[in-house]
Amino acid sequence: MTSAKGASGGRPSDGRALVLRDLVKRFGDVPAVDGVDLEVRDGEFLTLLGPSGSGKTTTLRMIAGFMTQTSGTIEIGGTDMTRIPPYRRDVGMVFQNYALFPHMTAGQNVAFPLEMRRLARPEINRRVGEALALVRLESLAGRYPRQLSGGQQQRIALARAVVFSPRLLLMDEPLGALDKKLREALQLEIVRVSRELGATVIYVTHDQEEALVMSDRIAIFKNGRIEQLGSGEDLYDRPVSMFVADFIGESSILRGRLERAADGAYLSRNGSRWRVDEATLARAALADGTAGALVVRPERMRIGGPDEKPPAGSNAVEATVSAVLYLGSDRKYELALPDGERAVVRQQLGGGEREWQRGDRVTLWWPVESGVLVADASA
Amino acid sequence: MSDSWRQTRRLLMAALGALTVFYLLAPTLVIVPMSFTEASILSFPPEGFSTRWYEQMLTRPEWSTGLRNSALVATLTAILATLLGTLAALGMTRGRFPGRSLVNGLALSPLIVPVVIIAIGMFSLFVQWRISGSIVGLVLAHTALALPFVIVNVATSLRTMDRNLELAAANLGATPARSFLRITLPIIFPGVLAGAIFSFITSWDEVVVAIFLTSARFRTLPVEMWEQVRQVVDPTVAAVATTLLVVTTGLLLLLLVVRRQAPAR
Repeated sequence: MTSAKGASGGRPSDGRALVLRDLVKRFGDVPAVDGVDLEVRDGEFLTLLGPSGSGKTTTLRMIAGFMTQTSGTIEIGGTDMTRIPPYRRDVGMVFQNYALFPHMTAGQNVAFPLEMRRLARPEINRRVGEALALVRLESLAGRYPRQLSGGQQQRIALARAVVFSPRLLLMDEPLGALDKKLREALQLEIVRVSRELGATVIYVTHDQEEALVMSDRIAIFKNGRIEQLGSGEDLYDRPVSMFVADFIGESSILRGRLERAADGAYLSRNGSRWRVDEATLARAALADGTAGALVVRPERMRIGGPDEKPPAGSNAVEATVSAVLYLGSDRKYELALPDGERAVVRQQLGGGEREWQRGDRVTLWWPVESGVLVADASA
Repeated sequence: MSDSWRQTRRLLMAALGALTVFYLLAPTLVIVPMSFTEASILSFPPEGFSTRWYEQMLTRPEWSTGLRNSALVATLTAILATLLGTLAALGMTRGRFPGRSLVNGLALSPLIVPVVIIAIGMFSLFVQWRISGSIVGLVLAHTALALPFVIVNVATSLRTMDRNLELAAANLGATPARSFLRITLPIIFPGVLAGAIFSFITSWDEVVVAIFLTSARFRTLPVEMWEQVRQVVDPTVAAVATTLLVVTTGLLLLLLVVRRQAPAR
């Protein structure tokens, strides 16, 4: 990925910074993490994304050593961590509420992990200076946490978590408490810092935009398992389930029953009949007659007048505009389809496209290969 | 409601409040002017002004030894109770073991059990152990009485402290011992100090257990007062009482300052 300096540097490694094997954590009979397998490469930025209660934070806490797994193994840099207490795991963590020590200055907070490692004072001072420079807060070393803004506290927490060059950098919704503008600025800052250090990052969030902006790969969590693991593009363009399609970005989900005809596969319901692309059909591996759904992203769909002829190779249907939302750079339409489904269409502004009103009868179409077939979990 | 009624009601409330404060404080404060009397018997109102009873307190051996004994017992009690109570609070808030609530109840029981019963129980036991009438016995007894105050204060501090700070310390490489000394202890320190002050005061003006566990050769100030009041009603008692009161009040004020300066978080 990136240069193997800093976080992953100096240690013999097979390129895998973290390996989770069949990791399980039960609280009583309730599984919070239910069989997670994951390999993270050196220098990779991997995000655990999912709704609350999906097991992502529990997974992170087990990696940090704050709780012990019920079964399965955690390997960091090739070493089994099962019996290693948190203070000997050599991983840095940034907490959602920062967890800065209130009775120490910013500089003392950053020095703390180095003091625990019994480094010499000049070495500590040098590295604290470097870490503070990395997050651009050298001038605030003497301030106490309560004298710092939320964003500054978070950057100090980041400096403290990387100053000892840990093997992994764990982040637990570190930007959850900040407002949108600051959050976006810090997203870029965190990516820059981790790239500069070549750090391997495991990042937990429930914010899909944040995950897309920051990550090399994203693991989508659902009910204590990884539902899908891949790059942002993988997840967005080729979701494996309605859950993933719904969680990452927005989409129209058109349900139906899968049927084969001489000229290909179709998904049909209440009189509508959508052509299913061969590639997605092969990936979904659904049997004939089972319930499925076509996932189509809003920017792939087009709207025309009621008499307009869609291009060849499209699925098309007559629909009614049920809502129009103006979003600044684009306009979002909600359409009611005759089979009872709902479609969402995004139209970029400035392209000279015609504007539609609520109640307009229109033709809706999309290229057949834009529809991704998934199993219909609700059926 | 009319404005005049509201004003009347406010006045009534203020009067009632003043009356309550008077009722609470008057018996205690009446002793202060009495200690500065010129007359040689304890009386109210005092006659004239003199500090001779304070001189008496500092020069007469039974009083000055009593003062020294009280200060020593209270200091040792504060140290021992704070040490044990902090450890107990740590176990009760952070530890997980069967019977935790039972241990908690037992540790707080000196607050509920009548002091006389504790005194009699300790007296019979300490006589057997041959530590009755000694400083060791009294410090042990007062430590038992003071423990609940330390446990309650420290446990409250521990419960309100952000647990993530301890996780962060462990994550950054601190062993449990170093995490406690560098992170937990400084943060809960106001609670620990409050516990120490309460322990000191508990021992400083304790008389019931002390009556049982002291002897003619080893007496604390409150016990000496008790003995003297039964024989002669000499105004030195008022001077001693005022001294006890000033020390206690001073420590309680210190407590307020400590509480106010607790790190805001």
